[in-house]
Amino acid sequence: MHPIVRTVLQRLGLGLLTLFVVSIIIFSSLQFLPGDFATSVLGQAATPETVAAFRKELGLNEPAITRYFQWIGGVLQGDFGSSFSGRSQGREREVMELIGPRLWNTLFLAGMTAIIAVPLALTLGITAALYRNSFYDRAVNATTLTTISFPEFFVAYILILVLATLWKVFPSLANVRETTELADRIYMTALPALTLTLVIVAHMMRMTRAAIINLLASPYIEMARLKGVSKSNVITKHALPNAWAPIVNVIAFNLAYLVVGVVVVEVVFVYPGVGQLMVDAVTTRDIPVVQACALIFAATYILLNLFADIVSIVTNPRLLHPR
Amino acid sequence: MKSKSGDRTAGDLLLDMRDIRIEGFSDDVWHPIIKGVDLKLHRGEVMGLIGESGAGKSTLGKAAMGYAQPGCRITDGTIMFDGMDLRSKNDAELRKLHGSRIAYVAQSAAASFNPAHRLIDQCVEATVDHGLRPADEAKADARELFAALQLPDPNNIGDRYPHQVSGGQLQRAMTAMAMSSRPDLIIFDEPTTALDVTTQVEVLAAMRDIVEQFHTAAIYITHDLAVVAQMADVIKVLRYGETVEDAPARKMLEKPEMPYTKSLWAVRSLEKPQETSEDIILRVNGVDASYGGTIKVLENVTIDIPRGSTVAVVGESGSGKSTTARVITGLLPPMKGDVLFNDEPLPLALKDRTKDQLRRIQMIYQMADTAMNPKHTVRDIIGRPLEFYLGLSGKKLDERVSELLKMIELDDSFMERLPSELSGGQKQRICIARALAADPELIICDEVTSALDQIVQEGILKLLLRLQKEFNITYLFITHDIATVKAISDQIVVMFQGRVVEQGMKDDILSPPHPDYTQLLLSSVPEMDPDWLTQLLESRSETGGMSASGN
Amino acid sequence: MSTDDQTYSAAGEVASVAERRTWWDRTWRSLKKAPGTAWFGMIVIAFYFILAVFAPIIAPYGESQIFDTPYAPWSSEFWFGTDQLGRDVLSRLIYGARNTIGIAVATTALSFLIGGSLGVMAAINRSWLDQALSRFVDVLMAIPSLIFSLMLLSIFGSNVINLIIIIAVLDATRVFRLARAVSLNVVVMDYVEASRLRGESLGWVMRRDILPNILPPLVAEFGLRFCFVFLTIASLSFLGVGIQPPTADWGSMVRENAQLISFAEYDLKAAMTPLLPAAAIALLTVAVNFVVDWFLHKTSGIRDEK
Repeated sequence: MHPIVRTVLQRLGLGLLTLFVVSIIIFSSLQFLPGDFATSVLGQAATPETVAAFRKELGLNEPAITRYFQWIGGVLQGDFGSSFSGRSQGREREVMELIGPRLWNTLFLAGMTAIIAVPLALTLGITAALYRNSFYDRAVNATTLTTISFPEFFVAYILILVLATLWKVFPSLANVRETTELADRIYMTALPALTLTLVIVAHMMRMTRAAIINLLASPYIEMARLKGVSKSNVITKHALPNAWAPIVNVIAFNLAYLVVGVVVVEVVFVYPGVGQLMVDAVTTRDIPVVQACALIFAATYILLNLFADIVSIVTNPRLLHPR
Repeated sequence: MKSKSGDRTAGDLLLDMRDIRIEGFSDDVWHPIIKGVDLKLHRGEVMGLIGESGAGKSTLGKAAMGYAQPGCRITDGTIMFDGMDLRSKNDAELRKLHGSRIAYVAQSAAASFNPAHRLIDQCVEATVDHGLRPADEAKADARELFAALQLPDPNNIGDRYPHQVSGGQLQRAMTAMAMSSRPDLIIFDEPTTALDVTTQVEVLAAMRDIVEQFHTAAIYITHDLAVVAQMADVIKVLRYGETVEDAPARKMLEKPEMPYTKSLWAVRSLEKPQETSEDIILRVNGVDASYGGTIKVLENVTIDIPRGSTVAVVGESGSGKSTTARVITGLLPPMKGDVLFNDEPLPLALKDRTKDQLRRIQMIYQMADTAMNPKHTVRDIIGRPLEFYLGLSGKKLDERVSELLKMIELDDSFMERLPSELSGGQKQRICIARALAADPELIICDEVTSALDQIVQEGILKLLLRLQKEFNITYLFITHDIATVKAISDQIVVMFQGRVVEQGMKDDILSPPHPDYTQLLLSSVPEMDPDWLTQLLESRSETGGMSASGN
Repeated sequence: MSTDDQTYSAAGEVASVAERRTWWDRTWRSLKKAPGTAWFGMIVIAFYFILAVFAPIIAPYGESQIFDTPYAPWSSEFWFGTDQLGRDVLSRLIYGARNTIGIAVATTALSFLIGGSLGVMAAINRSWLDQALSRFVDVLMAIPSLIFSLMLLSIFGSNVINLIIIIAVLDATRVFRLARAVSLNVVVMDYVEASRLRGESLGWVMRRDILPNILPPLVAEFGLRFCFVFLTIASLSFLGVGIQPPTADWGSMVRENAQLISFAEYDLKAAMTPLLPAAAIALLTVAVNFVVDWFLHKTSGIRDEK
C-alpha cells in the first residue's frame, strides 16, 4: 500500500477512535447526575410512580454498557432521544426536532463568517510576514493582539451600540426564521458574522504570520535567495508548496474555534442556533439536548482537525514520494 | 585530473574585497563581526578560509556575494567582483549575479534543498531562471555534472526528491547545482562538516576535481585545517573578525608565521608515548545491548581497560561507541554480558549501584553547554559531587572547589559565574573539575573535544594528560577524531556497526596491516599534507578501492 | 595568567563571555528597555490588583446594597448609575474585580498545579504513565473546552467551586502539554543525565535541575492561560451558567445590564453601562497579553543571542 494511503487510514482510524471515546465521555456524564434529578425535571408534584417510570425510561436500572449502545445506535440513525423540557407538562419533544433547523442556522452563520474571515486573515497574515517588522506589520500585530484580548460579547455589544442603535445600519436581533429569505437572512446575520469575523481574523492572522515567518526562515529559502531566484518565485515556487500544511492547520484550528465562539455570539444576538439551544438546555439541565449539542460540537471539532491532519499528510513530499 | 600539481596558475583578479566591516544585531545593539578584512581572489584560485567558530568566516563568505545574512549589515568597505562594485548594486542586480556568476554551497544540504521539488529541477532552476540556457539543455548538462561528481545512476538520480538520497549524495548534488550555471566563483560554506569521515573523502575529491575541471574560483570555508590543506591554493586565517595570516597553502602549512597560526598547527603534533599496565580496571565482557526492540546496537562487545592508561574507542556515527559508554555507566543495562570493575561485577542497572560505585566512574560529555545546568553557578556545579559523595560543606567545600579550579588552570573569580558566562573551553574545564571532584578512578570522555576549536582542544587534551599523570586516572576516550586518538591514547578499540573490529596498542593499530574497515577509517581521516588526498585516491584506485556509493 | 591575544590560556578565553550581573541589575535593565506597551500592561495589572485587594475601602457602597431606583442614570451619587435591582454599578465593578479576577487566578493556579506537576512527571517517567496521561489529555482536548464545561456544569450544577474545578481540570490539559514539552527538552539534557549518573534522587533532579529551567516558559504560559481562563469564566457567567448572583461579577453584569444598550439614542451614557464590565475584562486581558508578549520576546531574544 502506498504509505500515504496507509498514513491517512491510520489517521482516520485514530479520528474515529477519538470520536468513539468522546461519545463515551459525553454519554457517561449522565451517570453523575445527582439522585434528586428526576424530581427536579418532573416537578415537585411528580408521584413516586412517575419518577420510577422516568428512571426506567432513562434506563438507569439497566447496565451502562447496554444503554450506551442503545444511545449511540440511536445517534447514528439521527435519534438523540427526547428532551426533558416540558416533561412536567407532559409535552415532550424529540431532541432532533429541536436541533435540526438550528443546526442549519449555526452552519449558515459559521459558513458566512468563514467566507469573509479566511481570505482576509490569510492575506493579512501572509503580507505581515512578508513585510516583517515594517510599520504595517506592527500596526496589524498590535491591533490583533488587542482584539484577541476582547471577549466576544464585548465586540458584539460595541457593534450593536454603534451599528444597531446609534446608526441603525443592521438589526441588533438576528432572530431569523425558517421562512426568512436568503437576502434578509444575510442582512440579519450581518452583525453576528461581523463579530465572529473580527475575533477569528485576529487569531488566524497571528497564527498565519507565525507559520509563514517560520517557513521563510528555512535554510532552503535562504538557499533559493542565494541562487538569485526572484522574490516572487521564492514565494510561489519555494515557500508555497511547503506552506499548505501549516496554513490548513491554522484554518482548521480557527474554524474549530469558531464552533465555540458561535455559542456566545448566538446568545448575544438571540440567534436561533445550536449554541443558544445548548446554553438554554444547560440552564434547564435538559441533559439529552446538552449531550446532543456537545456531541455535535465535538464531532465538528474533531473532524476539522482530522481534515487538517490529512491535508498535511497528503502535501508532505516525504510521504508523497517515499524512498 | 586527479593529480594536483602544486598551486594552479591563477588568472586575473576576480574578487577584491577591501576593508570589509560587518555588524550583527543582537541584544538590541549592533556588534562588529568583521572588523576590516581584505580579501583578494584570482580566477581559478581556491581560497581556504579557516578560523574558529565565531571568527566570522561564514559572514565574510556570504559578503563576497554582496549578501548580508539576516540580522547582519555590511557597514563599510568595497566588494569588487570582476570590476563591478557589488555594494552599490541593488537587490535585483545582485540577484542576476547570484546563481549565474556566483554560486553558493551550504553546510547542510539536507536542509538547503527544498523538500517539495525534484533534485534536477532545483539544480537547473537558477540557470534557467537567469536565461543562461533552456531547461532541457540545462538538465542534460546537470546529468553530466552528476556523472562527473560520481553520483550513482546520474541519468535518473535527479528525478528523486531530496529526502530520497543520502547526505553525501545531496552534498554532491548541491555542488552540481552550483556548477550548473558555470559560475566564476563558488562559495563552499563548510560543505563536509556534517558528513562522516569516510563519506567526506569522496565528496572532497569530487568537489576538488570539478572546480579544477571548470577552472572555477572558490572560497572554501571550514574549521578543519586538514580539509583545507587538500582543497586550497591559498589560505586565509581569521580570528575575531580580523585577518591573522594570508599565505599560499603549502607555505602556510610548512612555515606558519604568526603565533596564533602556529598554535593552530601545534594541536596536530601533540603525541603521547604509549604505556600499558597488566592491571585491568574495567572489563566490558561479551555485551549485547539494544534500545528495546530486536535490533542489537551492540553485539558481543568485549573491551579491557588497563588502570592508569587511556583507551580510545573510535568509529563513525552509529558504530555503537556511545552506547558502550551507556552500558558501562548503567544507563542502558545490557541484554547479555556483564561489566567488571576492579574484577567485581557491577550491578547492570544504574539504580542498583551504590553511591561509591557511582563515584568511582565519572563521565565528561561532548557538549559542555548542555552538560551543565545553566541555572547553577560554577560553585554549585563543582561543589555538588563534593557535597554528595564526600559530605563536604561550608568552608571546606569552598576550599576544595578553589583547589579544583586551580587544577584546571582557572581561578577563584570563576566561582560565582553561570555557564553562560564562560567560553567553550572554560565550560569543558568546569566539567572536568566536576568529574575530578568525585575523586574517580575511571573517567569516560565522550567526544570531549570535538565541539571545541582546535586550539582549545589542545589545551583540554594537555590538561587531561597532566591530570592522568598526577592522579593515575584511567580514561575511556570515545572519539571519531584520529588526531585526538594519536594525541592521547595508549590503546585503541575500533568499532563498526555495534561490533569491536579490533583492540590493541596504539602503535599496532595505527600501523599496517589493518582489517579492511580500520584501513578505510584511518585512511579517510584527512591529514595536513596537501598531497594526502591525491595520494589516497591514487592508492585507492590502484587497489580497486571503494565506490562512490560508500554512503 | 596571561591574556595575550595571540597565545592560548584557559582563563583568558573570553571570546563571547557575557558580563556578570546581579538579578536585580538584570531585571532593572530589562525593565528600562521594556516597550511602552509592556509598561502600560504592568501599570494596568497593578491598578487591578489594588482594586481587588482594597475593594471594600475603595467602593462607595456595598457589593449588594440595594437602592430605591433601579436603572438610575449616571450621576454624582451613582457615577455609573444603578443596575436592574438598584445596586450601584461602580461598587459592583470594583467588587467584581475581586471576584472575577480572584476566581480566575485560583482556577489558573489550580490548573497549573495539576497540569504542571503531571506534565513534569510524565516527561521524567516516559513510560506507561506518560502514555496514559498523554492519551487521556488528547481525548479531553478533542472536545472544545467551552462546550465541555457547559456540559459538565449542566450536570454538576453551577457554583463557584464546581466552576473552578471544572475549568481548572479542562485547562490543565493544555498546561500538561506545555509542561511536558518543555520538561522533555530539559530532561534530555546531559546535565540531567549527569545528575542521574551521580545518583541524585528524583526529587533533587526535579527541584534543582528541571524546575529552574522550565520556569520562564511556564511563567509566560501562566499569563496566557490566565487570559484564557478569565475569558472562559466571563463567557460562562455572561451565559448565566458561571458565577451566580448576587456575587458581583463582570460577565454576569454585562448580561444583567444588556438591555440598556437599546436606549443609546436617549441616554448614551446609560447605554454604555453594560460595556463597562466588558471593557474591564478586555483591558485586563490586553494588559496581560502585552506583558506576556514582551516577556516572550525578551526570553526568546536571549536565546537568539547564543
